[in-house]
Amino acid sequence: MSGRGEGAVAGGRPRIFLVEDHAVFRAGVKAELGDAVELAGEADEATAAVELIGERLPDVVLLDVHLPGGGGLAVLRGVLPHHPEVQFLALSVSDAPEDVIDVIRAGARGYITKTISGPELLQAVYRVAAGDAVFSPRLAGFVLDAFAHGGATPAVGLDPELDQLSPREREVLRLIARGYTYKEVARDLSISAKTVESHVSSVLRKLQLSTRHELTRWATDRRLV
Amino acid sequence: MPPHVRRRLRSLRRTEDNRVLGGVCGAVSRATGIDVTWVRIGCVLACIASGIMVFVYAIAWLMIPMEGQSTNIYARAIKDKHGVRIVLAVLIPLLILLQVITSSLHVPVVGFISWPTLLAAGLLVLIWRNANESEKDFIDHEVVPLLGNDFHGQGRRLLILRVVVGLALAGIGIALLVEGHTTLAALRPVGGAALVVAAAIVVFGPWWLSLVRDLIAERQARVRAEERAQMAAHVHDSVLQTLALIQRSSDDPQNVVRLARAQERELRAWLFEGRSPGVISEDATMLGEGVALLQRQVEADHGIAVQVVVVGDCALDEPLRALLDAAREATVNAAKWSGADQVSIYAEVEPETVELYVRDRGQGFDRASVPEDRQGIAQSIESRVARFGGQAVIRSAPGEGAEVQLFMPRRERVK
Repeated sequence: MSGRGEGAVAGGRPRIFLVEDHAVFRAGVKAELGDAVELAGEADEATAAVELIGERLPDVVLLDVHLPGGGGLAVLRGVLPHHPEVQFLALSVSDAPEDVIDVIRAGARGYITKTISGPELLQAVYRVAAGDAVFSPRLAGFVLDAFAHGGATPAVGLDPELDQLSPREREVLRLIARGYTYKEVARDLSISAKTVESHVSSVLRKLQLSTRHELTRWATDRRLV
Repeated sequence: MPPHVRRRLRSLRRTEDNRVLGGVCGAVSRATGIDVTWVRIGCVLACIASGIMVFVYAIAWLMIPMEGQSTNIYARAIKDKHGVRIVLAVLIPLLILLQVITSSLHVPVVGFISWPTLLAAGLLVLIWRNANESEKDFIDHEVVPLLGNDFHGQGRRLLILRVVVGLALAGIGIALLVEGHTTLAALRPVGGAALVVAAAIVVFGPWWLSLVRDLIAERQARVRAEERAQMAAHVHDSVLQTLALIQRSSDDPQNVVRLARAQERELRAWLFEGRSPGVISEDATMLGEGVALLQRQVEADHGIAVQVVVVGDCALDEPLRALLDAAREATVNAAKWSGADQVSIYAEVEPETVELYVRDRGQGFDRASVPEDRQGIAQSIESRVARFGGQAVIRSAPGEGAEVQLFMPRRERVK
């Protein structure tokens, strides 16, 4: 699998910031990303992270969901209102749906689990740096599950478009959930990779803006492993 | 004291398996050769006859080491500054109070019994605080219930009994007082004693309360420590063992992955679902459970990572079990032949059908050129689902990995 650098930040290597409280894992990520990125800094707890990110303005923040001092959510809420241009990629050992949905709705551009391989991590970083969304198979599954049983109860007076996935978006998500890469999805559906990305970004937007109360209820109701 | 008696005394050891309270009678019985039952009867009689025996018993408990140990509880108690302070803080005011009351009421016999009993109670607190873990455990579980400190079930009935008896005794006491001394002057000592009691409560009350709070806090700290120990034991039994195994098989990446994945699943089940390791049910009743079970088994048997995504869930019936069996075949095939290090399973429950995809990014194969035996496996996948009206599609090309797509119509179409 080759790193997908096109569209990344001008100047080539994206500047990343690592927020992670496990020193061992931090070292591992740094080793895996190696020279392919520029490390703008790192932090091991939320308050310090908010401050440093505001100061150094990296392209991508790799954010651990479970952090001392309020967790990844606190970092997202501390940084995004002031610096909306900073992109967040959440990573965690937890696959608990409420964690996943919460960080995505708070503004993260993607969610990956810590068992991801080095090349895949790099690819995800590049993709987020380019402003695209990163959906792991499991996140795609969560979204399908949360938006399943369409119709239901959209909140009154809100855009019903936001509360439903288009058939095409569903197709894309299902292929991702089946383990397809974006490129494979594009080939399978005979569309361009760019179109796949725009579908995924649109799903991400719906996920972040939708007021379906099912989303939150679903996430807290279920604890999929 | 003649030297041989001293030696004899020093070799006294309280017994662990033959004890009612501290095992002191057992120690005496062993040293003298008298049957322990007689020693006990004698001890109880002596306690009733003179309160001093209670005190002597407590002293013996404190001074005689437990068998198999060389130090006694006294050696630890003397260093327990906090405990000694607590005991003195409670004991001294109580003793003064007692002295005032008994001398003003002219009932020396009460003081004669309560002095040693109170002192013994103080010693018992020190013993409880400084006994080693196993003895503390014994006191907590065997001796404390004897005091009727348990407010549930039988303990509750005991409490009611105690209140009734106490009230009756108080009533008799008041009746005697009033009847015996009808003049106000004779009641004066009683009033004086009551005032002293009130004064003691006002002066020492807050202090006592804080001591009680300290005791409660200490008890809670011990409970927490026990929980911590349990947690540590669990982590040791599972995680640390696995880490050790992983270090030992560091030159076998497949085995490392297998161990790590198995441990991860076990830990998740414990942390998030409250299941103890080793008791995960091997019997799935829901599709999601079934797929998770399949994942566990294949990962354990073939050392390959299986990624599972399930959307929706429904109860397993016969066709769906066949679907799972076919999926297992497909996953095992991928693990054995594809050369990929990961297999993805995706299952989705729809109103009319259940779909299941098993995909790998391995070397792939050309259906036409597959050897006979593998063709047979593909057949078994296809015919398995076909038997219940399902369908299997196998998509693969050399170098492109493979995907087995399984579809099964649902019998019960409830949402």
